[in-house]
Order: sequence, then C-alpha cells, then structure tokens
Amino acid sequence: MKKAFAIITSIALMGAMFTGCSTGTGSSSSTASTDSTGSTTTSSPFKNLSGSITMDGSSALQPLAQAAADSLKTDNPDLSITVNAGGSGKGLTDIANKSVDIGNSDVFAEDKLTADKLTGLVDHKVCVIGVATVVNPDVTVTNLTKDQLVSIFTGKVKNWKEVGGNDQAIVLVNRPTTSGTRSLFKKLALGGKDEATGTALQQDDSGILEQTVAQTKGAIGYLALSYTGGKTDIKLVNLDGVEPTYDNIYSGKYPVWGYEHMYTNGEATGAVKSFLDYLASSEFASTIIDKGYGDASKMKS
Amino acid sequence: MSVKHMVKREYSGRAVVTVLGIFIILLTLTITCFLLIKGSATFVSHSHNIFEFLFSSNWKPDEMEGKGYVGAVIFIVGSILISLFALVIATPFSVASAIFMTEISKKLGRSLLQPAIELFVGIPSVIYGWVGLTVLVPFIARVFNLSYGYGVLAGSIVLAVMIFPTITSVTADAIRNVSPAYKEASYGLGSTRWQLISRVILPAAVPGILTGVILGLARAFGEALAVAMVIGKTQAFPKSIFSPTTNLTAEIATNMGNTVTGSEYNDALWSMALLLLIISFVFIFLIRIVGRKRTVK
Repeated sequence: MKKAFAIITSIALMGAMFTGCSTGTGSSSSTASTDSTGSTTTSSPFKNLSGSITMDGSSALQPLAQAAADSLKTDNPDLSITVNAGGSGKGLTDIANKSVDIGNSDVFAEDKLTADKLTGLVDHKVCVIGVATVVNPDVTVTNLTKDQLVSIFTGKVKNWKEVGGNDQAIVLVNRPTTSGTRSLFKKLALGGKDEATGTALQQDDSGILEQTVAQTKGAIGYLALSYTGGKTDIKLVNLDGVEPTYDNIYSGKYPVWGYEHMYTNGEATGAVKSFLDYLASSEFASTIIDKGYGDASKMKS
Repeated sequence: MSVKHMVKREYSGRAVVTVLGIFIILLTLTITCFLLIKGSATFVSHSHNIFEFLFSSNWKPDEMEGKGYVGAVIFIVGSILISLFALVIATPFSVASAIFMTEISKKLGRSLLQPAIELFVGIPSVIYGWVGLTVLVPFIARVFNLSYGYGVLAGSIVLAVMIFPTITSVTADAIRNVSPAYKEASYGLGSTRWQLISRVILPAAVPGILTGVILGLARAFGEALAVAMVIGKTQAFPKSIFSPTTNLTAEIATNMGNTVTGSEYNDALWSMALLLLIISFVFIFLIRIVGRKRTVK
C-alpha cells in the first residue's frame, strides 16, 4: 500500500512538473522521408532536391509551410522537411540559436528579439495575412468605423445599441498580449490603443476563439483570414465600409494585415533556399490563395 | 541451469532496476534544478522583488526592454479558487462512489463503477475541455441567464470531473484497508450497516481519504488545457463564481510559445512554473504527513 502511494505521488509530481514546460511548447510535427545528402541538378528548379530542412514557430503560418513541404516532398523523395509549430517566440528563439533552419514568425524579429540576437537573421516575407473583425452571427451590425472599433475594444462602448445594433451587451474576446495577431490588430485597427484588460475573455487558439465568438451572444473578436474562409458560425464586419478581403488589402483599402515571415540565420542555401524559392514561385501561388493567405508580391508597400 | 548463470541473472536484473531507478531520481533532480534556475531569473537578472511576484496584481511583463510588472497574484488566486471549488464538487461524489463500490454493492462496483472510473482517467484533457467549451459553457449561460458561461464555475466543474477518479480510487483503497476487526467488532455490538460505515469505516479511513483529496488537488492545480478553454482567461479577480478569471497554468500555456527565451515575459512564466512545482512539493509533503499518521493507527 505504501509503495502504491509512493508510485502515485511520484506520478503526480512528474505530471505537475511537466505541465509547466510541455504545454507551452505543444507542437505538432511531421517528418517525411529520411534524408540523404546529395546534389541538386537543375533540370527543373524544384525536382531532384535532397537534404533536410527543419522549421518551427508561428502556428498561423504552419498550415501553409506544411502544404509547401507536402507538395515538395511528393516530387522529391530524398528531401526531408520537418514543420513544427510552437509560437512565433519559439521560432525566433530557435533561429537565433541556429537550432532550426527556418524560424517562422507572425511579427518582425525586431519586435521580439534584442539587437544582439538579430545579427545574421534574414527575413523572407512569404505571404500576407489579413485580420478581420468577427462577431457573433446574431449581431446586426455589419460595419464599424475605426473610432467605433477603438471604443469597443478599449471598453468605452459596452452595448451594441451604441453603435447601431440591438440592445445587447458587447463581450470582448481577445488574444494574449504576446500574440502576433493581437499586435497587428492593435497597431493597425486600434491605432496603437491598448485593449481593455480585466473584462475581455481571452483565447489564444484560433479554433477555440472562433467557437467562443460563435456561441457567445454579443461577442466580438478578431481572426486571421486564413481561419474565416467558409465559416458560417461567425460574421465578418467591415471596417470603415471596407470588406476584409485580400483584393482590398492589395489595393491598400483594408489596413489590417501583416507579412508572415520565415527567418533564416545567414543567407539561405541549398535545400532551404529551394524551399523558400518554391514558396515564392508561381507554381505555389495558388495554394497560398486557397489556404486563405495573401500574395506578398502584390503588396505595394 | 548452472549456479553461475543464475547468479548472473540475479545481478543483471538488479542492475537494470537500479539503473532505471537512479535515472528517474536524476531526472527529477535535473528538472527541479532547471526550473529553479529558469524560475529565479525574474528575481536575479530582471531584479524583480519576490513580494511583487506573489502579492501584486499588476501583471504586464515586457517582451523587449524588461521594464514591465510581474505581479502574479490574480493567477495564483485563480488557480487556488478553481482547484478548491473543484474539490468541493468532486469530494462528495468520490466518497459516495467509494463507499458504494466497497461496502454497499461490491458486485456492481466491480462490474460497472470501477471500469467507468478507469475510463474517466483515460479520456484526454482536450476532450474534457472541448466538451466543457461546447456543452457546459452554453448550458451554464442558459441556466443562469448569463451572457456567457465562461468562468470559475465552468472551470471547477470540468476539473471536478477530471479529479473525481483520482479521489475515488484512493478513497476506495483506504476503505478496503480498514481492518476487518473493526467491522466485526462493530457488527458484534449490533450496529447497522450505515452505522458501521458512518461511525467506524469513514473515521478510520480519513487519512486515506485526505491523501486522495490532496492528490486530486495536486492534479487540479497542474491541469492546464481543459481549464484554459473554459475559464475565460480574463485577467481579473473573479467577482462571483460566474465571473471569468485566469490561472497559472493557462497563462503559461498561452504565452510560453509566443515569447522569446530570456525575455522578461518568458522568465516570468518560468517563475510561475517554479511556483507550481513548489506547490506540488508542498502537496506531496502533506500526503507524506497524512500517510504517516495512517500507518501509526
């Protein structure tokens, strides 16, 4: 009996110790073929590639990186690409330490890393991501001005009737302060104003945030356009009369967007360079659009 | 089989067990040291006061410059409140189930209740969280006529379901271990079955039940995913059991991946992790004390 307790307590102890670190870096991973070193011939730029690429970081960029990895791997059985998520902070930390080949991030490295760690990092802007304001489908408001949006998210306006909707309390659903999506939204939609804390519900996973907005009356939040495509349980709101679409982002009418970054430590070479070239190629452009991201080459700024 | 061969086998078995055992001890020590080093960076390299961390509610760690605030009391209170509420909800059910399956209907207990409880343990926490999010949260909102159901109550109920099997099985063990002499004496004096359970078995099993309760508390404290999905993660003290709040594990899980190693924010999260470890050490220490009482009996 005593021994059984000793075992149970040690399991409880181990469990408690691991929650701290393991949940923070919870990441999905996939590896394809084992790598073998060889040389690339140049009959087609994305054929006969070999070597191995590892990357982690932004979970918003992971689906796209995974799609690129999957389609490259079908043509190149000798190429091994491992795509992990874990968050932009992890991606930037790992690329600064050179523990991965590519560090994915939603934000510029300058926003998270100190100057001494920035040396050598090369930014590859692989695509554009738009962020839309989303509301519960019962909310009748379809358009908000920037001022109204700021008033709502700073907690000054607390009821939808103040901005032309029904008499229904507004429930803010936001992201953690460290989230890349939140910093984009704060900078570009809220003009740098801090969101109200202490009243807002907070979710960090886009799927859970969507669920929260969908089932909470009067809820308002924001989601990347890569998550809003084809969703009927939430409603997108126009900003200053402009619909959040990539066409409006390309033409400069819709302001809430940012680049998705893939950082390399030093100039990319070999398989890593081919992978980044593939992401920027015309061959892959349609996948970027299909997955709900925007074409970075269409941006004027 | 030669004697030499048998001796060899005897010692090789012993060697394997010893090496594995030492490995686990080393692993525990390494993790503890690692957390001590990472967790103390907030106070050593970012020169924050430990009282600020434990008693201030101003939580605004800075990612770049390191001039933020690391008051974690909202998260600490959130963790304690939700875990305690979960205990209050789960313990009566656990003790009742344990009595039922050990004293009242052993057959039903073994064929139905025991497998059901074992099944509970195997369900991944993300499932508890998702069911909580899509079923329990809207349910609470509707029943109590609130605009949303995220909050202390939802978190506590989800946790209660998760710790129920732990408390139940430890309690059932404790009841089974009550000396048969007590029962015979009690029946001999003409007690009814309920008198036996309530006046003899339960009091004798109290140390064991307490051990289960503390284990449940430790589990509740460390659970991150499921609770994070339903408590709302609002950075404020809860005003009632319906208001949303946040806790230590949710904050760590949410922000660890978004922050850069060595930044004030990241180190503050490690301090929270260290605090969780210290709290579980305290729980284990309590279990030891309670357990000792029980062997003296």
